[in-house]
Amino acid sequence: MTYTKPLPPVDDLLMQPFWENARAHRLSIQRCEACGDGHFPPSPVCPHCLSEEQTWEPVSGRGTLLSWVTFHRAYWGGFIPDLPYQCCLVRLAEGPLIVANFAGDKPEYLAEGLPVRAVFQDMTEHFTLPKFVVEQS
Amino acid sequence: MTSMDALKNKIAIVGVGTTEYGNFPQFSDYALGAKAFKAAVEDCGIDKNRIDGLVCCRVPFYARMGEVLGLNPRWTLQMPPHGRMSGMAIIEAMLAIETGAADYVALIYTNIGRSRRVNYGGDEAASIWDPWGFTSPGAAHAMMFQMHQNRYGTTTRQLAEVSVAFRQHALLNPDAVMKKPMTIEDHEEARPIVEPLRLLDYCLINDGAVCVIMTSAERARDLKKPPVLISGVGARDAFSQSSISNFDENFWYAEARDTADQVYRMAGVGPGDIDGLMCYDNFSPTVLFSLEGFGFCGRGESGPYVEGGTLGLHGALPTNTDGGHLSNSYMQGWALNVEAVRQLRGESGARQIKDCNIIQYVAVTPCTRSIIYSRA
Repeated sequence: MTYTKPLPPVDDLLMQPFWENARAHRLSIQRCEACGDGHFPPSPVCPHCLSEEQTWEPVSGRGTLLSWVTFHRAYWGGFIPDLPYQCCLVRLAEGPLIVANFAGDKPEYLAEGLPVRAVFQDMTEHFTLPKFVVEQS
Repeated sequence: MTSMDALKNKIAIVGVGTTEYGNFPQFSDYALGAKAFKAAVEDCGIDKNRIDGLVCCRVPFYARMGEVLGLNPRWTLQMPPHGRMSGMAIIEAMLAIETGAADYVALIYTNIGRSRRVNYGGDEAASIWDPWGFTSPGAAHAMMFQMHQNRYGTTTRQLAEVSVAFRQHALLNPDAVMKKPMTIEDHEEARPIVEPLRLLDYCLINDGAVCVIMTSAERARDLKKPPVLISGVGARDAFSQSSISNFDENFWYAEARDTADQVYRMAGVGPGDIDGLMCYDNFSPTVLFSLEGFGFCGRGESGPYVEGGTLGLHGALPTNTDGGHLSNSYMQGWALNVEAVRQLRGESGARQIKDCNIIQYVAVTPCTRSIIYSRA
């Protein structure tokens, strides 16, 4: 079956390590080798000190839920079968924000600050999407 | 920090022009821009060949616009087609006039998004979040309103007050696109787009154009109508979360506070002195964020504040008396600045604010801007 949702653009070289790490079921952010600043989305230079020496570092995958929304409109045909679907906004334990989806159905109870954890869904042979589940306390 | 305070009341808006608003596949950007320009020239009675400054916003190509209008300015500026540009452009024109880079500046905004089926999400606005299906400025505002609900208990019925007040104003504005009355129930029952937002929380998408002509307060005296003076301006950008387009986890509160400090200090007034507010309303939650950030109510208190028609023509703070982006026209802030001028001139007809002396424009976005206008 062909995958009809948007794929990461192949020409986005800056994001390539993120997707390669995701393929290996690792969540990662960019880390500045000069000043240690951790950031995501990636940047060609460190936004803190402007160093070009940037590496990718696997992170814990843990974070807290900041917000969430439910799409009732599909901006790409590939999402029509999923309607309505959720997106969530997570602050990673390491600091940066990431937008993603919940893995599986919308959790019954949602609140700002809930602990969440990254899980990985292999969408195609070559492409894995990090998603989040609410941690059971 | 130096400031722009010395420019208080030195620059004026002397001419305004707007086209009809709607769906005009037969008109190009340039045709609409020319209509608005012609209306603004007639409005102030200037010889168009004296215009020596040109700002184009969302117009595809400034040089073609100049060719169409027969203008060869000595100062030209092209702004991108983003909603936040109107306040930025007016402030840029102030600087050009003050420094002598131009004497008379025409600022032209055109939009043909309706007839060309622009929808602001998906492949039109590619981002790194596309694989997760997160797209569109509306979704970012839905994220923020969900947070506002979580933190402050704000309700969608309170949010509805914004859309309902602006629709009531649109019904008093013969130029407005939306002609049908709206109730809080209509808002609550509207089709969800990206929840918690519904259709009636989203701005319109329509074609149209706006032109504003500016010059010094001194030169303004020789033109047809009493000038409207720029008494204060304020500005603060927030770019550090720009990868989530149109999003800020604190609703640009710090930037709005900073901008408020600048604009009120320069104008020598406070929120209590404002006779009418022209508030950038791409999505209804932006209005709540603006009211809090500019001190019309306390932080987190905008929900209760707007209840009971506060933003209506006869409320405590008449806001977007033309109907705003939600019900008048999606001119991305430009028509709101024109409405400020018309209100201060007493030209707003059935929607005229009584004893109108000071109007404030506010846009709370990644480029937060505010302008306070007053009568000469």
